[in-house]
Amino acid sequence: MSVVAAQGLRKTYGPHTVVDGLDLTLAAGTCHGLLGPNGAGKTTTLKMLLGLIAPEAGDIRVLDLPVPSLARQARLKVGVVPQMDNLDPDFTVAENLLAYGRYFGFKDSEIKQRIPALLEFAGLASRADTRIQTLSGGMKRRLTLARALINDPDVIFLDEPTTGLDPQARHVIWQGLRKLLSQGKTILLTTHFMDEAERLCDELTVIDHGRCIARGSPRELIATLIESDVLEIYGEGASDWAHGYAARLCDRHEQAGESLFCYTRNPAPALDALKAQSALRYLHRPANLEDVFLKLTGRDLRD
Amino acid sequence: MAHLFQFPRFSLRFIPVWRRNFLVWKKLAIPSMLGNLADPMFYMIGLGFGLGSLLPDVDGMSYLTFLGAGTVAYSTMNSATFETLYSGFSRMHVQKTWEAILNTPLELDDVLVGEWLWAASKSVLSGFAILAVIWALGLQADWLLTLWIIPLAFVIGLCFSGMGLVMTSVSPNYDFFLYYFTLAITPMVLLCGVFYPVSQLPPLLQTISAWLPLSHAVELARPIIRGDIPANWAFHIFSLLAWGFAGFWLALGLTRRRLLK
Repeated sequence: MSVVAAQGLRKTYGPHTVVDGLDLTLAAGTCHGLLGPNGAGKTTTLKMLLGLIAPEAGDIRVLDLPVPSLARQARLKVGVVPQMDNLDPDFTVAENLLAYGRYFGFKDSEIKQRIPALLEFAGLASRADTRIQTLSGGMKRRLTLARALINDPDVIFLDEPTTGLDPQARHVIWQGLRKLLSQGKTILLTTHFMDEAERLCDELTVIDHGRCIARGSPRELIATLIESDVLEIYGEGASDWAHGYAARLCDRHEQAGESLFCYTRNPAPALDALKAQSALRYLHRPANLEDVFLKLTGRDLRD
Repeated sequence: MAHLFQFPRFSLRFIPVWRRNFLVWKKLAIPSMLGNLADPMFYMIGLGFGLGSLLPDVDGMSYLTFLGAGTVAYSTMNSATFETLYSGFSRMHVQKTWEAILNTPLELDDVLVGEWLWAASKSVLSGFAILAVIWALGLQADWLLTLWIIPLAFVIGLCFSGMGLVMTSVSPNYDFFLYYFTLAITPMVLLCGVFYPVSQLPPLLQTISAWLPLSHAVELARPIIRGDIPANWAFHIFSLLAWGFAGFWLALGLTRRRLLK
């Protein structure tokens, strides 16, 4: 059974088509990543799946319920971690969970029973009575994640869950998400951190301009959409090297400022040529998801 | 556009939204009460005694009593207005509390009903505080009759919180609310018979005054304090509720456009 099944989603704002015929299917118990540059339609898609925005065309089913017509019932079993923290700043940690649980129609006694386990999960067990303003960014995110679990959801939507966090805090969030996956929860995650997507996701949908431009597991996308090796060459000599060598020795190259990115399936000849020119600083590494993403969506800024 | 302004869906699901605001209020009760209640009380007592000592009876009562009744209407209006404008805007736009709630099984209709009734509840508190001062000073003619001030405060609260939510739904920032105070609230305070009888105004201003919602509130509150059943009370209550409901409905549509598109 698919936990989320959306076909042909479309949404326009005036002349702008934000989501343009998007299909999305989430298999139960998997982590699905929705990748795309800013403005690609990720958040709009999530809002449509939640029934907060009505699509102009397309069908959505979440947990076998039609959305938006039965979105309220669907949201009973969905957890949401929004992009921006919207915890209640006047409340303590525990009060945030209490107030949020009430929106689901739970009795106070039921919610209070759940709070200790949720705080434990979020690593905030000793902070139940702490005011929100005194929490760090990472703690707030963990609390937001715990809040999304108050209704024991079957599927959790996370909109850029680790944006703005330090590496320690990101790793803690990832551990939490893995724990949820091991409990059989389904996760839909939007992100533009490729390492995050590569680490967590079983399946990825890359979207740009509201359209799906690639789909598959991180490994599949890297194996099929990009050359195996990347050489990054930095400094003033990089552009000369591009004309002299990269064009001849590599499958493909891209210049971004003073950096040169060379993509190749056979790095040995290029590496030999680089070693001969000791003045050039370079890095040789296997291709990763970020290379795929940049290849698919380009290097232009999306502001 | 049609569905943006479809009829509000009323349900008891608003209760957790109301309780959320109540929980915040409980934590900040003392500064909040001071802000909402002390100000109108100082006006009433200061002007009532100070100015009142220079004046003969006004409309058959002491100026302090006259002003006390006006203050009931004025402070309940202010209470609902401040709550929906500044606090409501904080919850909607700054803290994104409404967006957090919309991710749960509640709908925007539930959120706005909760806000509407919450602001009206705060009006009851303001109205009751002024009523307590009126009792303490012995200004009322018929103690039992003055208990009607409490439900009346709720109705006045519904009127002005419904209207206030319209401002909140279209406001880009806090400064925007100054227009509403300057162009709507202040003229009402000065034209609707809070400080002096409307009959003292030139005819044109009297006509304008009769159309403003605060007039209905004053027309109800003053007789109740004086010990009479208000003339045309059903019309005044209907008018207050009509303003409030029209405002609420419009605000709901505008907020749907703002948050759900």
